[in-house]
Formats: sequence, C-alpha cells, structure tokens
Amino acid sequence: MTEYLTTIGLEFHAELKTKTKIFCSCPTDAGGEPNTHVCPVCLGLPGVLPVLNRHAVELAVMAGLALNCQIAEYSKFDRKNYFYPDLPKGYQVTQYPMPICHDGYIDLPLADGAVRHVRINRIHLEEDAGKLVHSGEHIQDSHYSLPDYNRAAVPLIEIVTEPDITSAEEARNFGESLRLILLYAGVSDVRMEQGSLRCDVNISVRPADSAALGVKVEIKNLNSFRSVYRAIQYEEQRQRELLAGGGSVVQETRLWDEASGETRAMRSKEDAHDYRYFPEPDLVPVVIDAAWLAEIAEKLPELPAARQQRFESELGLSHYDAGQLVISPPLARFFDAVYTLFPEAKTVANWLLGDISRLLNESDAELDAVPLDASEFAYLLSEVKKGAINQASAKTVLEEMFRQGGKAAEIIAAHGFAQISDSGALQAQVEQVLIANAQPVADYRAGKKAALGFLVGQVMKQTRGQANPAMVRELLEKALESEN
Amino acid sequence: MITELTVKQMAAALAAGEFSAEEAVAAHLQRIETLDAKLNAYITVTAEQALAAARASDARRARGENLSPLDGVPMALKDIICTDGVATTCASRMLEHYLPPYNATCWQRLADAGAVLLGKLNMDEFAMGSSTETSAFGVTRNPHDRERVPGGSSGGSAAAVAADMAVYALGTDTGGSVRQPAHFCGVVGIKPTYGRISRFGVVPYASSLDQVGILAKDCWDAAAVLETIAGQDKMDSTSAPAAVGPYAAACAEDIRGLRIGLVKEFISDAIAPPIRQALQAAAEKLAGLGAEVEEVSLPHSSYALPAYYILATAEASSNLARYDGVRYGLRAEADNLHEMIVATRSLGFGAEVKRRIMLGTYALSSGYYDAYYNKTLQVRTLIKQDYDEVFQAGFSCLLTPTAPTTAFRLGELCDDPLTMYMQDICTVPVNLAGLPALVVPVGQQEGLPIGLQLIGCSFGEEALFAVGTKLECARIRPALA
Amino acid sequence: MSERRIISRDDAEHVARLAHLRFTEAEMTDCMEKLGSILEYMQELQKIDTTGVAPTTHVLPLTNVFRADEPGETLPRERALANAPAREGGSFKVPRII
Repeated sequence: MTEYLTTIGLEFHAELKTKTKIFCSCPTDAGGEPNTHVCPVCLGLPGVLPVLNRHAVELAVMAGLALNCQIAEYSKFDRKNYFYPDLPKGYQVTQYPMPICHDGYIDLPLADGAVRHVRINRIHLEEDAGKLVHSGEHIQDSHYSLPDYNRAAVPLIEIVTEPDITSAEEARNFGESLRLILLYAGVSDVRMEQGSLRCDVNISVRPADSAALGVKVEIKNLNSFRSVYRAIQYEEQRQRELLAGGGSVVQETRLWDEASGETRAMRSKEDAHDYRYFPEPDLVPVVIDAAWLAEIAEKLPELPAARQQRFESELGLSHYDAGQLVISPPLARFFDAVYTLFPEAKTVANWLLGDISRLLNESDAELDAVPLDASEFAYLLSEVKKGAINQASAKTVLEEMFRQGGKAAEIIAAHGFAQISDSGALQAQVEQVLIANAQPVADYRAGKKAALGFLVGQVMKQTRGQANPAMVRELLEKALESEN
Repeated sequence: MITELTVKQMAAALAAGEFSAEEAVAAHLQRIETLDAKLNAYITVTAEQALAAARASDARRARGENLSPLDGVPMALKDIICTDGVATTCASRMLEHYLPPYNATCWQRLADAGAVLLGKLNMDEFAMGSSTETSAFGVTRNPHDRERVPGGSSGGSAAAVAADMAVYALGTDTGGSVRQPAHFCGVVGIKPTYGRISRFGVVPYASSLDQVGILAKDCWDAAAVLETIAGQDKMDSTSAPAAVGPYAAACAEDIRGLRIGLVKEFISDAIAPPIRQALQAAAEKLAGLGAEVEEVSLPHSSYALPAYYILATAEASSNLARYDGVRYGLRAEADNLHEMIVATRSLGFGAEVKRRIMLGTYALSSGYYDAYYNKTLQVRTLIKQDYDEVFQAGFSCLLTPTAPTTAFRLGELCDDPLTMYMQDICTVPVNLAGLPALVVPVGQQEGLPIGLQLIGCSFGEEALFAVGTKLECARIRPALA
Repeated sequence: MSERRIISRDDAEHVARLAHLRFTEAEMTDCMEKLGSILEYMQELQKIDTTGVAPTTHVLPLTNVFRADEPGETLPRERALANAPAREGGSFKVPRII
C-alpha cells in the first residue's frame, strides 16, 4: 500500500489585549449591547480616518519576540478589498508585503525526545471584522442578518506558520504551545471558545515517494485544539482515500462540523477572489528603532520554556512537576510568590499540585480568581514546618483561605488549631493521663508497648487535638520508662 | 453692498458696528434666494441655523469678547465636508439623505472661530469631475456666463464666492478641484501642502492626494482662513506637525529678489493663447517688482496626468467600497445581500463615478498591479524629484497656467472623458508632489476670468501669498441680473 | 476605436464583479469604449524607465503617528443607527446572505 505524508501549516488570529480598538478609542470589552462600542471611525462613516493604537503595536512586537521572530524596523499597512457586511469600509486594514514580525519559530518537543522546529513565516497587525447575527438556526435558512460592529476594528495579530507540521498530534501540540506563549507574553486572552484565539488549518497529503506537495485544502471553523486535531485526522483520511482511489484533491476551503465530525466544502463565494491589496494611504509607516525595541523587550515577561528551565535546574523540581506548574500561568505565578517567602520548592509544589489543584478543580476556578493569598499560604506552610500546626489542620485552614481569604494566623487561632508544643504544659496533661489510666500504664510496663498508642490518643483527646503528637509520645515514653 | 465685502472688510465693518452679523447673514440669504435658482451653487441652505449662529456672534461681540476676523462672517462648505446633523451628500444619490453625526475638523475649527455656515455647495459627484456636471443635483452655472461651467469639482464653492453668495468657501482639491474652478470663476483658490489641513471628516476621493482648499475673494481672505484651519489634527495621521503661518501677514511681504520659475513644459500650444499672454504679462509684472523670473524644467510633467488618474481612481475604488447600503445612504431593495449591494451601488453612483471605480479596480486587480499601480507610484517619485530639485535650487515659487482654457461650455466635454481629464494637466502634478499652489485672478478674456497658478515648496504657503497678492487683479465681478 | 482592445469584455465584466457594479448592455459598451481610450492614454507611462525607482506612497516623510490606548467617547446607539436604511432593535439589518 502507498504511504502518504501529510503537510500542515497553521494560521492563527489572536485578539490583542488592548483597552481600545486598533484605530479609534472605542472600548474592546466583550459583551456590550450590539452597536454600543462604536464611533464614526469604526463604523466606517464617510470621511473618518484611522489613528494607530500604540499599545497594539507593542503587543504585536511582544508576540514576535516571544515567538523568536525578527522585528521589522520598518513596516506599513495595506488595504485588503472585499465586500461583506461585517466589514464597515469595504476593506480590511492589514499588513501585506511588510509585516511587523517575520521569520520566527517554536521548537516543539516530540514524544521520542526529538524536537520539531516549526517556522513562523510572519506576524502581522490587522483589524477584526464585526459580527453578523443571523435570523433562524443557520445562515442557510436565515431570512436576514443583523450586523453588530462592537468587534469591528478590535486589534488582531495574524500568525502564519510554514508548512512544517506533519500530524494532527503535532498541530495540536503546536497550537497549545503557541497559546501558552501568547498567554505568558500577556498579549492576548487566547480563549479559543470565545474567539479571542482562532486557528485555520492548511493541509495537503502526498504519496511518500512524491517530492511535490499535494493540493492544499483550508479548514476553518475550528473552535478548540481538539477540533483542530479531529479535523486534521478526518481530512488526512479523506485526502488519502481520494488519492488512493485515483481521485484528486480540490483546492478549496472546507468547514469543520463539530457535531458530525466531518469537514464540508464551503459554498464557493460568488465573488472572485482578488483582494487588490495596496498601501493604506491614511496611515503612516511604523518604525521600530533599537531603543523602542529594547523598551518593549524589557516588558516581556518570563516565557514558558524559561520558567520550566528555572523550575527544574534552579529549584530542583522534577520535569513533570515543573511542567504541571508552567502549564497554568496563575499556578506558576503563585508558586513563585509562595516560594520567595517559603523557599522549599518541593513542598510548595506538592501543595499546589495536590490540595490546591483539587480545590481549583472542585470549584472550576483559576487561582488568580480565588481569594487565597500567597503570603498567607507561605505563613501556613512555615507553621506546619515549625510543628505549630498539624497537616490535617493545615488543610482545613487552606480550604478556608481558598474560599474566603483571611489571615492564616487568625483562622488557626479561631479554630484553636495551634499545637501545644510547650513541654511544661504537655507534661501536666501527660501526668493526668498516666494517673487516670492505670491499666494501660501497667500493660505498657508489662511489655505491651501497643498501649502507648492508646495513651497518646488520650492526651490528644484531652487537649482536643492541639497537642503536638510527637512531643506527647516522647514525654509519655520518658515518664513510663523512668518510673519503671 | 454687504455681500460684496471681503472677510477683511466685513470684519472691520462688524467691529465698527456698521451692521450686525445677523444683517450680514440675512443679506447673503437674500442673495442666495434671488440668484441661486439660476446658478445652482447650493445643495443645502441652512438659513435658520445661520441666523441663529449670527445672533450668537452678535452676542459675543456685544459682550466685548476678543473675536476672530472670521467671527460672524457668512461662508459655505463644499458638500463633501461633514457637518454634524446637516446633510452631506457629496452630490450623490448615494448620500442624498445622509446626516453625519460629527463635524469635519476643518469645519469645527471655523465654527470655533465663529464662522457662520450658510449651507453646503454643489460639486462633481464624490469630487470626480472638472465641471460640476456630474452632480446628481444638477449642474452649477458659471456666474460670468451661465452657459458655461464653473469648473470642478468644487464648482459650487467657486461660483458661490464669485457671485457673492458666500464671503468665502471651502472646497477640496485632489487634482485641481479648487484651482481650476477658481480660475474659471475669477476667485482666489488655494490648495495647501498635503497634510497642512486635516482631512478628518472630508469624504475621500483619493486619500494620498486630497487636500482641503479655500476659495476666497482675495489672497488676504484665503490666508486668514488658512491660518484658522491649518495645523496638525490628532484625528488625521497624515496631518503635518509643521508650524502654521503667519499667512495673512505674508501677503504684505516684499518679493524683491525672490526667484520665480516659469515651467517650460506648461507653456505649450495646448495652452490657449490668451492664457499664455496673461502668463507673460504676469511674469513681466513680477520682474518689474524686483523678482527674478527664470525658465525652469520639470521633465516628467507629461507623465503626471496618466499617473494621477491611475492613482486617484485606484484609491477611489477602495474609498467608495463602503457605500454598500448596509449602514447609511441609499439602499436598493433586493432579496439577498449580494444583490442588494450590487443594485445599491449601480443605482446610487453616477456614470463618471462608476467609470472611475472600474478604472481603479482594474489598475489594482491581479495581473495589472505592477504595470499600472506600482509603476504609477514610481512615476510619482520622479515627478516629486523634479519639483524638489527646482526648489532646492532656490526658487520660491513657480508661475504656471491653471488650465489649458477659460471656462468651457456646458456639455462641451461631457462625452469625452479624456479631454475632460486634460483640464487637470497643469494642476495634477502638484497633488502628486504634495505641494501647495495658489490660483489668483489676473484678468479676463471676453468676459471670462483667467487665473494663474503659483506652485510653492512643501509648507511654503507664505511665498505664495506674498507673490499672489502682487499678482491678483481687482475683483472681476460677474454681471448678474 | 483602435483594434488593439486594451480591456476585453471578460476583463470588464470581471472588474465590474469585483467592484459590485452592474451595467446594462449599452452602459457596458459605452464604459468599455471610454475605459479603452483612457487606458490607451495610460500606456504613456510604460514609456518611462522606472527601474530602481522607489515607489512614493506618502509625500510627507511622517512615521509613527499613534494614539494612546485610552478609551474615549462612543456614539450613542441611536446616533450610530440613525442613518441605517433598515434596522431591527439595536442592530443594522441586511437581507439574507445566501
């Protein structure tokens, strides 16, 4: 049977985390009533002009730096002309021959320990379109549509890879790596389900003995990396079967249907595709000199790979633990905050990946959205270490801080969780128990050492669990041995 | 008569209490009422608002406030300049009922200075034309001869000022649209340096060429208006941070020793003899005042016109894509979206606009971009270099014809777009190079005014006003019944 | 007009489709004739050697004109929709897309 090779390139659109749109001062917040985050500029009224949001440029450059790109010293904007009612001006302002970033890469670790070097062709800045709400269930049976321009001109970056990806698995991993890098860089919310990160797939299949790439199919409407994975697997299979059956693949755009698990050819548009790009005369070029670039690089936070490396080699965490922390920026940030106050990496990691992760799962929350305070948590860990509170009580304190916040010391005091570690106080308790339990004392002395456990329990009971059990055991043993 | 006064004269009269702003506005409204049925310079007259604004000006004056010379002076705008709540049609069916929700920066600056808006002026549809004949609302007639065109595209603006139906007016100039009508109607017209006046709120024809211009009764008036509206605008990325003026003061500057160029390429047989004679006379006059007049060459001039029409129509094809019947303007009913857009655009745009959209779309389309559009941008570089070299050699300005002929007859060139385009042969290179140019009336031939063009270096408007003031003749007032 | 047609009927129809314009038969003939003579004149440009000449997209040497990322005024929705040829509730309204 013929062997087939798959070639995949990905295109991402990420909404930049600015307060305002790319060319006007309308807010980018999601969720407003339709057509309330608009002004003459983003509505494309006759006579308006764009003025570029400086922060959008900086975020695009940060994305470029985070993805190992070259940052263009000189870039400019172009118009991409086509008609669609979600596009207020009849053209989209984008960057065509001179994008702001180019020639980057991500090194993707593969299962066998090797690395896949996936090149990024370019990152460019552009404006988003508005949204069309269709009457009826589907666009096909819709009688009319309602354009809402709240999202029109929200700043986007488009990230285009080279066709360096060879499988659904790699595509998914690449997407997740890219998502995490953008998240760490702070340039985008990267929420695929909300559309702030979108991914289109270009895929072709060819017989292993053929040097020329196969015919490319574009897949759109992918709302998660799981869909990316499934759509590629489906499309790979479809194209292989077509070729194996002597057929040929048609160059087209296909839509992924999540429910049926299939890709379907998009009805070809009536308009010919010719975007007639030309330089946008209403915007001037962007020049990023060394000083500005350095200033932006300075603001770039630690990226996932660097953090993983630091957790492993500087803090001595296992590869697995470090990876588990790094995958969640809030968890990793919390780890760092606790670690600076309580520098025992393994202990902090265990708590974070154990109890705290369990609590997060139960409440379906992110760590930065719960009231638990890192310094209070560090205090709790140091009390455990000192023996001032036992492990079980500490968990109770943690739960309370997780749900309601508050100071560890106050919660410990309120519950009376502080352990009695004062040997004078404990000695009195021990003596009382020895007097009240003559039989177990006699048993112990007769050689039934198991009686010690009972006596420890009695002291704990008498102190309502606050006694330091190790000290109680030690004091009891001393008393029992000495009077022997 | 109040309506005959210049800005300077009216400001003095208002300050002296000879009449009120309200009386000045009423006099103009009366004149519009009497004359405009014959001339059709106005698309919209904002009588009520104008009277209210005039009364507000009178109240400011009564309070003794420090007023701009433009305060209380009645004026009008080409109907391509957006006015909040006042119809801005671009002389197109497409925008017949369109009410902008904001003011163009140039109009806002005038309004802040107390200017009183009489109304909105006729033009070629979307500024595409050289005769005001492509207006969807009828042609404007030349006040000097109603069987002739006023020029275009700012024909309504030039006609209104020439006929004393506004003290001054704003127009726009993409390839000569302020200067050629100024020449045809016997008024002063300035197209400043690209970036000198904000384009925000000015409906674009060709964004890299468009510039707001001023039509006025003399150089001083144009200079005073320019001082008020020029300067950087945070809403226009292409507006220049260069210092503004003083322009009115520059009118009085001596021109002794200034080097003035006569452009060899613009003195050909294509230029009508009376215009060449006027040019010769003007050169002699300037020399007599102590200027050094010399011939210069701009070797790439003959390429300017084709380059201009490719560049302008390419940009226009994109700028006019927003008229799709979705958010504002005309909509033709149709049962699906694509049909609705096509029907709306086919119904809403006139023949010349469609022709230019077709030409521009063709020039940008795949397979033709390099041969047409990109080639044009390169030619633009060569043309700009010609001018840079002349000005670097020490010339203060260049004296040229404005157009090949005086005002032509209505309908004369309607069916011959190419000859119509030739009207712009002396004016388009200036827009391609982004330079300022001033047209001043210097005389007339058989009752038709002749205006000559002075081209300056980038942001060199002062020299234009200094030289223009020396050259301008006494007002050529049309005989209007 | 000259026998070397610069713009073919197919080209003209393609361009009209791109521009979302429709012409009657008579209009199309007229438009093609006029475009043809204009384009022929445009051929003048091909005579000039522009090898190595940089294109000018902006006449002024401006770069880096920005606004700060600070929210400003939005249009009240009624004002935003005031010119809408058709609307429903708070939205513009267009006929079915397919």
